[in-house]
Amino acid sequence: MSTTAINTRPVSAAGSAVQVLPPPRWVDGDPSLRKITDDIMNPMEGKPGRGWWICFGLALLGLADLGAMVFWLVANGIGVWGLNNSVGWAFDITNFVFWIGIGHAGTLISAILLLFRQQWRTSINRSAEAMTIFAVMCAGLFPAIHMGRPWDAFFIFPYPNQRGPLWVNFRSPLVWDVVAISTYFTISLFFWYLGMVPDLATLRDRAKGKIKKFIFRTLSLGWNGSHRTWARYEIVSLVLAGLATPLVLSVHSIVSMDFATSVLPGWHTTIFPPYFVAGAIYSGFGMVLTLLLITRQTMNLQRFITMRHLDMMAKVTMLTGMIVSYAYATEFFSAWYSGNIYERYHFINRATGPYFWCFGLMVLCNVVTPQLLWFKGLRASIPGLFMISIMVNIGMWFERFVIIVVSLHRAFLPSGWGMFVPTPVDIGILVGSFGLFFTLFLLFIRVLPMIAMWEIKNVVGNSAHEAPVHHEHVHEEVAHV
Amino acid sequence: MSNQSYMVATFRDANTLIKAVKSVRAKQFRVYDIYSPYPIHGMDEVMGVRRTRLPWVTLIVGVSAGLSAVLLQFYTSVADWNLNVGGKPDNSALAFVPITFELTILLGGLSTIFALLLRTRMFPGKKERLPAEGVTDDTFALVLRKRDASFNAAQARQVLEQNGAESVQEKEGEL
Repeated sequence: MSTTAINTRPVSAAGSAVQVLPPPRWVDGDPSLRKITDDIMNPMEGKPGRGWWICFGLALLGLADLGAMVFWLVANGIGVWGLNNSVGWAFDITNFVFWIGIGHAGTLISAILLLFRQQWRTSINRSAEAMTIFAVMCAGLFPAIHMGRPWDAFFIFPYPNQRGPLWVNFRSPLVWDVVAISTYFTISLFFWYLGMVPDLATLRDRAKGKIKKFIFRTLSLGWNGSHRTWARYEIVSLVLAGLATPLVLSVHSIVSMDFATSVLPGWHTTIFPPYFVAGAIYSGFGMVLTLLLITRQTMNLQRFITMRHLDMMAKVTMLTGMIVSYAYATEFFSAWYSGNIYERYHFINRATGPYFWCFGLMVLCNVVTPQLLWFKGLRASIPGLFMISIMVNIGMWFERFVIIVVSLHRAFLPSGWGMFVPTPVDIGILVGSFGLFFTLFLLFIRVLPMIAMWEIKNVVGNSAHEAPVHHEHVHEEVAHV
Repeated sequence: MSNQSYMVATFRDANTLIKAVKSVRAKQFRVYDIYSPYPIHGMDEVMGVRRTRLPWVTLIVGVSAGLSAVLLQFYTSVADWNLNVGGKPDNSALAFVPITFELTILLGGLSTIFALLLRTRMFPGKKERLPAEGVTDDTFALVLRKRDASFNAAQARQVLEQNGAESVQEKEGEL
């Protein structure tokens, strides 16, 4: 036993041990703890390369576009959008659902995979959580600017006021939405920050300049790696993960209820909550793949974000893609089986009406594309995965567009039918939201450790002595393997 | 509180540290604390650290937050000013579930984080008290506190050095 790499794991309380396959290794090579710190800090301590500046410049342009478009919108009212009496929700709510969905993969990786003790999450959880926070910020923008009078947005909170007091309507899914998304944003932000505190302390102890030291000292809360603190910290992280898991499922369920509680054909269906959650995770994994493929290649993080990580993410994408495909099929089946003529007409119109190409794009990207991931060769190909991740992003944006606009444009009475054509402001704000997202993400990878150093050290360090700690008898033998 | 004296031993890896903690405790020394760049699994048992009671905070605050959310919604929608929206009943309890759930999570989670910060005495801008250089990078430290004259410094030093300590230093101050 002592000469092979086979790990010994206790299987029963009696302490009898059996041989099992070695656990997969999630960090390539055998880096020392110092090397891990150096490698991950490297992008933050050096000067950014030309690639980063080009991306950042483009992102800033997008951000400037967003600022100008939102200013124009607020100054003129939402008439500058292509909305009309038939289609009262279009790009804005599509973008909102799209961005919220992107966020969900971050929480899945950080919280749900933590509860399942999936060690592969450690290389990607920090950046995925950052993605969540930035995506939720982009999402939150849309309901606010859609109000027409965004300066009155605070009316949505139930505070004692001089209008009666007139309270908010707690039976409205839109109010649930506000509460769910504020909660989601707050908990995600704190979870992300708390997870970063030990790394911020590492940054503080390495910082040379006075200003850097001051900033990181402020942020790192005096962390000194005490085990009495670590012990509490780990339990608190588990508790937060336990809270965030039902939270993330509830958020997109509640988003879906914005639609499902109405009577509109195409919206009024009980499958929406699980269907939206699966779609959210699918789209989020698409975005995680896009971001990580770029950062991995440009910032030399291949040691930490290995091909095995990409393979796992591709598999989750495939699984959730198939759940989404199943939901599409179920919607069509229910429309036919219900015998409701409006429901039937909606689905015929969805597939063959004037927006048939949106539906076709959605099926191509969300039903056909994930099937390609059965091929191992594709899961091991960086350009292939990148292409697929972009397809997933496009497909999921169109899914929301199909659900929202195609349902609205031909509901019940033909006299109420209409078409939606986006205006330049619609498109400008969509593009601008990507500018906001990428500006924040690019700043993040420059100023904060985008890989959780302490968690990587945890995986590398503890896998070396995990079993022996509890079982003295195997300790000596494994120690010099 | 201010000037305490400590004995700080540093180690290169977690395995040696675990052995050292065991030996030190076997010699009836109390481990003041250990410092490490990552949480060492199994250290709780070796060090004899009790499991934290912080999750009780989550439970208590979460349940109170949930109850408050129910009360708030019933008070505003039924008692204080009931609005007729689409003829739905004022006390539509089922519709109050999402907000009750969200507020339970929100306040339960935030209170747990703040309880952790209070309990571990961490706050923004606190000056770090490091027992040795590099404990947030790649160094492991075991710290014993000299509580009174009965602390046998020579024996402690011997046990630590025998168990692979890279350096053993005596430090005055506050950790």
